[in-house]
Amino acid sequence: MGEVIVITSGKGGVGKTTTTANLGVALAQLGLKTCLVDADIGLRNLDVVLGLENRIVYDLVDVVEGFCRLRQALIRDKRLEGLNLLPAAQTKDKTSVTPEQMRTVTEELRQEFDYVLVDSPAGIEQGFKNAIAGADRALIVATPEVASVRDADRIIGLLEAAEIPPARLIVNRLRPGMVRKGDMMSVDDIVDILAIDLIGVVPEDELIVVTTNRGEPAALSHESRAGEAYRQIARRVRGEEVPFAEMDEPAGFFGRLRRIFGQA
Amino acid sequence: MLNLFGRSQSREVAKNRLRNVLAHDRADTSPEFMEHLRADVMRIVSEYVEVGGQGVDLQLQSVEDHVALVANIPVKQLRRRGRPGNN
Ligand SMILES: Nc1ncnc2c1ncn2[C@@H]1O[C@H](COP(=O)(O)OP(=O)(O)O)[C@@H](O)[C@H]1O
Ligand SMILES: [Mg+2]
Repeated sequence: MGEVIVITSGKGGVGKTTTTANLGVALAQLGLKTCLVDADIGLRNLDVVLGLENRIVYDLVDVVEGFCRLRQALIRDKRLEGLNLLPAAQTKDKTSVTPEQMRTVTEELRQEFDYVLVDSPAGIEQGFKNAIAGADRALIVATPEVASVRDADRIIGLLEAAEIPPARLIVNRLRPGMVRKGDMMSVDDIVDILAIDLIGVVPEDELIVVTTNRGEPAALSHESRAGEAYRQIARRVRGEEVPFAEMDEPAGFFGRLRRIFGQA
Repeated sequence: MLNLFGRSQSREVAKNRLRNVLAHDRADTSPEFMEHLRADVMRIVSEYVEVGGQGVDLQLQSVEDHVALVANIPVKQLRRRGRPGNN
């Protein structure tokens, strides 16, 4: 029985879809059967980021409305054994799926896959409630900005209220040079303020833009620093203890990590 | 923390603004939060003083670069000895 993990953030544009795509690639690279679910109904995106937009026949709404079987809606990624996508509908709105239906779909998917990653829409309304409905745990994506961290805090509260176990944090788009100059919050600052465990740090990386343009997630190649970060997150997701790569952080950061990993 | 132009660096500014806004957000989004805190403060303080008037009044206030928890507790009289069981 696989695990259902929701990727969420509150704020839009912080990297949920990028994270879902790249983490999915990285998990499949580890030989794990992975299904990515685009829960952003009406604003589907994950298909394009993955470069699978031309292969969509059915979508999530077709499945819940009974127009097709779940299996028929899944798109198998030919580049990478084990990677699959369940696309969102583009023409419907968020109310065409209920949390109960979402739970049924993820329940069925977990029978077949090791990991089911659900890409959550922005916001805290129905779309978010759908995305978390079937989740065993959550990964929260935040960028080092006041608005993003603020929204992440709100989401942490809502996940607690929904009794989803403590979420773990991905800090995305970190610019170590700016942190060093005192012009960006550090990972340590954010972890301190949100008081949740870190699962990974993804640097700002131009290759994310280039690879997203091409529909070939960065984690597919070994040239991208962000892709490498996602590969590390994938190993942590499955329970490995992977030391955090140096991001030119001040000493406090590594002190904290050593504490997390019980080496101090 | 101050740069050449005497301005605090934006990292510190961001942290302070976040702490401030999150204190208010967390209190606002959980109506029970301030209620529980008020009840607990009342319980502890009552071990030492007889609280008068309307009881404990608690408020989050933003003071310059930080958030303060401000309590107004009308005192009827101090107990002779603190702690429960002693009075
Ligand atoms: N680590 C990164 N480095 C550079 N650009 C990034 C990074 N992560 C995300 N982006 C870009 O930010 C934009 C928003 O990302 P996306 O994953 O669509 O966010 P969300 O799904 O949270 O709305 C996209 O254009 C994406 O390419
Ligand atoms: Mg998205």
